[in-house]
Amino acid sequence: MRLRLEIALARGAGRLSRLAGRGGGTTLPGKLLAALDRGAVATLASRLPLGSAVISATNGKTTTAAMAVEILSPRLELAHNRSGANLVSGVASTLLEADGAELGLLEVDEAALTEVARLVKPRVLCLGNLFRDQLDRYGELEQLAERWRAAVRDLDPKARLVVNADDPQVGDLAQGRPGALVYGLDDARHARPALQHAADSKYCLRCGTPYRYAAAYVGHLGDYACPACGHARPPLDVAAREIELDGLRGSSFALSTAEGSTRIELRLPGLYNVYNAVAAASLCLTLGSTPDDVRRGLARFQAAFGRFERIEVGGKRVLVLLIKNPAGANEAVRTVLGGGPPAVAVVALNDRIADGRDVSWIWDVDFEQLAAGLGTLVASGERAAELALRFKYGGLDARAIEVVPELERALERGLELTPAGGELVVLPTYTAMLSLRQILSDRGLVRPYWERAA
Amino acid sequence: MRISVGHLYPDYLNIYADRGNIAVLASRAAWRGHELDVRAIGSGDPVGDHDLYYVGGGQDREQALIAVELAAQGPALLEAAAGGAAMLAVCGGYQLLGRGYRDRLGAELPGVGLFDLHTVAGERRMIGDVLLECELTPGERRTLAGFENHAGRTMLGPAAEPLGRVVAGFGNDGASGYEGCRAGRAIGTYLHGPLLPRNPWLADWLLEQALSHSSGEPQRLEPLPDELEQQAHAIAGARARSRGGSRSRR
Repeated sequence: MRLRLEIALARGAGRLSRLAGRGGGTTLPGKLLAALDRGAVATLASRLPLGSAVISATNGKTTTAAMAVEILSPRLELAHNRSGANLVSGVASTLLEADGAELGLLEVDEAALTEVARLVKPRVLCLGNLFRDQLDRYGELEQLAERWRAAVRDLDPKARLVVNADDPQVGDLAQGRPGALVYGLDDARHARPALQHAADSKYCLRCGTPYRYAAAYVGHLGDYACPACGHARPPLDVAAREIELDGLRGSSFALSTAEGSTRIELRLPGLYNVYNAVAAASLCLTLGSTPDDVRRGLARFQAAFGRFERIEVGGKRVLVLLIKNPAGANEAVRTVLGGGPPAVAVVALNDRIADGRDVSWIWDVDFEQLAAGLGTLVASGERAAELALRFKYGGLDARAIEVVPELERALERGLELTPAGGELVVLPTYTAMLSLRQILSDRGLVRPYWERAA
Repeated sequence: MRISVGHLYPDYLNIYADRGNIAVLASRAAWRGHELDVRAIGSGDPVGDHDLYYVGGGQDREQALIAVELAAQGPALLEAAAGGAAMLAVCGGYQLLGRGYRDRLGAELPGVGLFDLHTVAGERRMIGDVLLECELTPGERRTLAGFENHAGRTMLGPAAEPLGRVVAGFGNDGASGYEGCRAGRAIGTYLHGPLLPRNPWLADWLLEQALSHSSGEPQRLEPLPDELEQQAHAIAGARARSRGGSRSRR
């Protein structure tokens, strides 16, 4: 009886919040429920007939989850936190609205993973990567890794673990868990010549010696081995091979499993999206999808919101790529450059809690490569001046930098500088991306995120 | 003039955007016609003879991997400092230039002993924007705006001179009202952000010290147009005043 009352209360709050025009009301009901009764979250999760799959990673969790939805939704009713509300409250909200759902498909914040996994008891846990991200909020990488180890220890023995073998900390979680599925990339043609500046887990987990990389793909993700003690990437159960990147248009790869190989076409660019796709594929194969389901789902897939969106604005296109930490931003820059160096870019840096209050991470991004071909940088957001300094000391002539803190004006200015038929690259941090979408949605150019079909 | 910089263990101590500090030193030297020659001092390398030494911050794991080796370089670094070389140590590097660091498990990491201070890991991290007031040159009061994120509580010894007074934020230990340490031409601080882009006066002070070491006579640099730097400084300072950590009385 109490549970039903709590659920009714919490649902009402979500509708009120939407009616009041205060965003999507995507976390308010869950916040209420989580505050009323944590056990209710567990009860709601236990009602899902097929249980839940939980996805976490520093980078790519939203995209990976959205890809898995595209693959699974033809045959399953899903409860999915598509708006990216990925703390306990967001998960609770999703479960509240999950009438008729068969399977929970939950993207979870990396720091909230231990608690969510304890409440939800996932049948599949898919873990992608750990990069340094917002040290003011998440603390050091090692502490986060310890929390993940605890989450894996607490898993039901029958639960399946799916991990990215290319990340030493994450791949190691498969140790001592029979039935774990490990995935990774296997195409050294796409390796970077050297580890990036921002590489994180570069010392052997066992003995502290620097790893040797046969191939480093994204940040510290790759095919590593310790020259001293031999700790190395585990053999891959699922691999992306024969990867082809087609500029900003898309990419394709051979999804290789013990059963055979399937050619996957993606409408998303960049090697990091190949990681997301092979993660989603591994997860869905574990949940009983066929390689053909995976191929069809991924071929349909379009970017998760704000991650790689092309928006038409008066005969020009705005290309939005979220940036939030060094590893992710480096891939965004690499992707943008894949389409040829842009003449104009709007880069927007905010410093709210969701962006990270500490803005020092922008100095660990290899913005120099973007600065090299840039005619004008429009620096925007609440810390626009800081961002302008990043480019000034990164070698961009101060005369090529315009500081326009207000986002709407920065967008206008960027569009003004973009030739007719051209494309304007916009790289916003998380809350700047939300504001930007609000601006575009007020102009009727995109739909608000809570209305967007997953 | 050539300014030689020894960057200590960049492979281990490079969190918090340390390369931003180096980029600022290099550009501001170049804009005055000087050349910054930065050499990485890696594991197994001698400290050498440089005009300026830089030690960055690391996560606990990396810091523990390199602390013993850094401490073993202590005598050479003390000699360099006594010879008038300038130094900037940030966060983890600042802790390791002290007498030692006791981590959360009670293990003691050795220190270089350049600064008379000792650091003990506390339970709660001190995280937030910081604003300091400094007077490195008598009569010249300046402010430093940065970001701090440290579990360590740093206690200055009787011989230690703090870098500055905390206007807003936690500082060395969250209680004393002081931040950082200064010993002659050596500066240690928790402030990152990184420190130098939004505090160009300190970058210039360090360059002047390094040039003085290199040339053997006092050097002054001409000012540069720093409007962007001042804007960034003002915003970071305002952040510290509105949301920086607050000191507690113990």
